[in-house]
Amino acid sequence: MKWDEFFVTGEPMIYAAMVSIVLVSIAIPAGLTYFKKWGYLWREWLTTVDHKKIGVMYIIAALLMLFRGGVDALLMRAQTAVPNNGLLDGQHYNEIFTTHGIIMILFMAMPFIIGLMNVVVPLQIGARDVAFPRLNAVSFWLFFFGAMLLNISFVIGGSPDAGWSAYFPLASLEFSPTVGNNYYSLALQIAGIGTLMTGINFLVTILKMRAPGMKLMKMPMFTWSILITSVIIIFAFPVLTVALALMMLDRQFGTQFFAMQNGGMDMLWANLFWVWGHPEVYIVILPAFGIYSEIIATFARKNLYGYKSMVYSMVVISLLSFLVWVHHFYTMGHGVMVNSVFSITTMAISVPTGVKIFNWLFTLRRGKISFTTPMLYALAFIPIFTIGGVTGVMLAMASADYQYHNTMFLVAHFHYVLIPGTVFGVIAGFHYWFPKVFGFKLNERLGKWAFWFIAISFNITFFPLFILGLNGMTRRMYTYSESTGYGPLNMLSMVGAVGLTIGFILLVYNIYWSTRYQPREVTGDPWDARSLEWSTPSPVPEYNFAKTPVVDKLDAFWFAKKEGKSLTEEGDYEPIHMPNNNGQPFIMGVAFFFFGFFMVFSWWLPAIIAGMFILGTMAYRTFEQDHGHYVTVEEIERTENALRGEKK
Amino acid sequence: MKELFPVPHVIGFVSSLLLSLIALVVIKFDLSFGMGMTILGVTAIIQACLQLFLFMHVGENENKTALLTNIGYALFVGLVTIFGTLFAMMWGYQMI
Repeated sequence: MKWDEFFVTGEPMIYAAMVSIVLVSIAIPAGLTYFKKWGYLWREWLTTVDHKKIGVMYIIAALLMLFRGGVDALLMRAQTAVPNNGLLDGQHYNEIFTTHGIIMILFMAMPFIIGLMNVVVPLQIGARDVAFPRLNAVSFWLFFFGAMLLNISFVIGGSPDAGWSAYFPLASLEFSPTVGNNYYSLALQIAGIGTLMTGINFLVTILKMRAPGMKLMKMPMFTWSILITSVIIIFAFPVLTVALALMMLDRQFGTQFFAMQNGGMDMLWANLFWVWGHPEVYIVILPAFGIYSEIIATFARKNLYGYKSMVYSMVVISLLSFLVWVHHFYTMGHGVMVNSVFSITTMAISVPTGVKIFNWLFTLRRGKISFTTPMLYALAFIPIFTIGGVTGVMLAMASADYQYHNTMFLVAHFHYVLIPGTVFGVIAGFHYWFPKVFGFKLNERLGKWAFWFIAISFNITFFPLFILGLNGMTRRMYTYSESTGYGPLNMLSMVGAVGLTIGFILLVYNIYWSTRYQPREVTGDPWDARSLEWSTPSPVPEYNFAKTPVVDKLDAFWFAKKEGKSLTEEGDYEPIHMPNNNGQPFIMGVAFFFFGFFMVFSWWLPAIIAGMFILGTMAYRTFEQDHGHYVTVEEIERTENALRGEKK
Repeated sequence: MKELFPVPHVIGFVSSLLLSLIALVVIKFDLSFGMGMTILGVTAIIQACLQLFLFMHVGENENKTALLTNIGYALFVGLVTIFGTLFAMMWGYQMI
């Protein structure tokens, strides 16, 4: 392989990206050395097994990826803003819409959600960490290095360019000869294994580590949503693992699983992809539903309406989510019977979703609503998501879908579900739980400015796409002629995209501003909220709860506050057993990165060495003795007194 | 010594390798379709049981409800995926 094939060449934008990557990779180590932060970084972050810190790292990575995916989106909108635009060529546009999809779903939405669940779930159930803290760190580093592997593809070797769904035969070696889709199979595989382990970890955590008295039906709704999400992850991700492995074998080892001849079946890829892909939609949406349930109950100052129906509707959604995948490819030539069956299951799934919407509305009814920033996102979510849901039912009708399929109407639909659903959800959750982690609120004024920019610009960006789609503009078109008449609405959409960018910048500026100037919280419960995480001081100490709380009902913390009771039993502190930090997960992640990179380029010998190294780290772990450490009573007293004031 | 050398696990590991080797017979020798599928089916079921009981400790769970729910859910997803795929890609394909 020649150097000019190894690096992507010929595009000024790519050269600029290379220069900025080199500058950043010089600046970060230089900065760390100058401020003498290497030891701090290694001890406090890279080796940490603390669920709160892992959660924070997930969220930082997700914000970075939101920026990367957002730049992709801006470039796409800029390219299509005017007819016959030459900003990007066809190949570059293909790579950009592909990576935009992969990054936003797998490296932005997923880690943001996993980050929030890492921070919040153990606190909500009164636990001191997750069930397998070391495994949790492994999950994070696998995700992180999987994401990095995909991100270097646009300067080294070329990005995947067959769409985020990588349909065969287009994604096969024959039609996509660059290494781009090797990156796809390997980066997603590495990150996917991490996600699968997170699913197992949180299922066990929620089932086994709840505070005494917290029965399943007394758990906060967010924890419920994560329990269901974990179950879906455990059953959906193995399908992706298998499909990606088959893809890798097809592209790099000459097998014929998805080939068009020799007994292969190209459409089997689409089938397997969506067997995972549809449950994946619910993996990113259910936690957001959980976040909204918490926020709406807190700021309406009422208990959640229809708790049981919320739980049952999520269980039904989790089952139905495995029954609808064929609706992603109605037009592939199935018979009437197949399409009818999947039309019906798809429409059925809107029933439990509708139940949830009404539950939120009834929670709001006669509530004393306070319009905080997280609440604004939750309130905006309800109507906007409903538009997405209703257009979803339109798409669910197989015969009508022959009109909508692969048009901008579809693009508008899934942005109308994913942005108010997942993105508003995680931003709302971010604002809501920020004081818990850092000990101060984000500024409300800046937060509301960002909200209005994001909510209004979102509609300006994506509503025109419904009309463009109905007028016949297909998705993934990189340019169009003036006579199509698509120009003005695309320009309007571009204006919206600029507004979204301003909103995002305001959001990030808010983090900076609040870190410097926002007054510090002293209570640990700044929103006057309902669930257990708010009974801890902010920022939360390493061991979370000095004494394990005892719970007897839903929203026990709220009622304890009202009645002036304590959630913990009388008595002295006891030493707390905590897991030790460990560098092995990070080292394993680095090894996976190199393994993936060598595999992408089919450099077998280095790949085998990296693979052996990974197996070596696992073997080492098998024989390692690590029993954790105890936090002494004196240290607990000192920490608690410092955080809560002198009272005990 | 017994604690240091987990005999059942080593036997389990060796037998799962053996079962995979036996399955290879199907492509190495010229067998009839029925014969081949029988060998694959039988080795697969033994393999699955080996994994479930020896390495995943299914028999050691005290909470039967959680266990049965989990297995039920797994069966549901597995069967839906297999038969749904057959339905969508073979039986129902181009069927009016």
